Amino acid sequence: MIDAKRRILLKGSLAAGSVGVAAGTGLLAPGQVLAEWNEAAFRAKDIPSALDNLMGADGAEVSERIKIKAPDIAENGAVVPVTVETDLEDVTSIAIIASENQTPLIASFDLTPASIPFVATRIKMAKTADVVAVVKAGGTLYKNAKNVKVTIGGCGG
Amino acid sequence: MPDIKIRAKLSGDETTVKCLMSHPMETGLRKDSKTGELVPAHFIQEVVCKHKDQVVMTASWSGGVSKNPYLSFKFKGGASGDPIEIAWTDNKGESSSASDTIS
Repeated sequence: MIDAKRRILLKGSLAAGSVGVAAGTGLLAPGQVLAEWNEAAFRAKDIPSALDNLMGADGAEVSERIKIKAPDIAENGAVVPVTVETDLEDVTSIAIIASENQTPLIASFDLTPASIPFVATRIKMAKTADVVAVVKAGGTLYKNAKNVKVTIGGCGG
Repeated sequence: MPDIKIRAKLSGDETTVKCLMSHPMETGLRKDSKTGELVPAHFIQEVVCKHKDQVVMTASWSGGVSKNPYLSFKFKGGASGDPIEIAWTDNKGESSSASDTIS
């Protein structure tokens, strides 16, 4: 908690303090963090640095061939169903990002040659924002976005 | 105890797998409404999905995935009766796995 208080003083932001506590209590517990889990990407506070850490590039071309299925209005931000599908070829990974969340990168899916580029899950959204899907296909990054209006934010607090 | 429910269905040459995992998925940012203390982060970090011992998809998650996560994905090459195994590991090092057959 000392860490949290110091951060609140430093940054004048309760949010930043909360992240500090998260790091101190859970994420940094010794010997428990998975080697494969891309900590830098998942802790990044903005989309370009998350993408850079995850996929090795921070920019992506907008592609209408990525289809995002998500509600126009989500009454409960804690449970927003999102489906990402694309007809792009050689898809090796798909990432789902909620642009206004404190840590925007929500999920990353590594596909194999057997996979069909389709993933569906349910995500938390802090507030009305774009849900961004980033697809890595043939070594190039593509993205598309869909705005979701959130009535009640789902990140607690 | 955390558990995983799996449904795998074959249609044509595509197998659609749907699964539900029981997990609190705490981001570490939420406060306990009674004590005002932050609830420590506790979320699934990695989900590995296997078809006949071959990995068909790996998912990496943050705490931004909803509580009791739902995951659906598709792959080619499955046959009726083939085993599907799904295993997750969370940030506390806990893990769970379950398997089912394609119907």
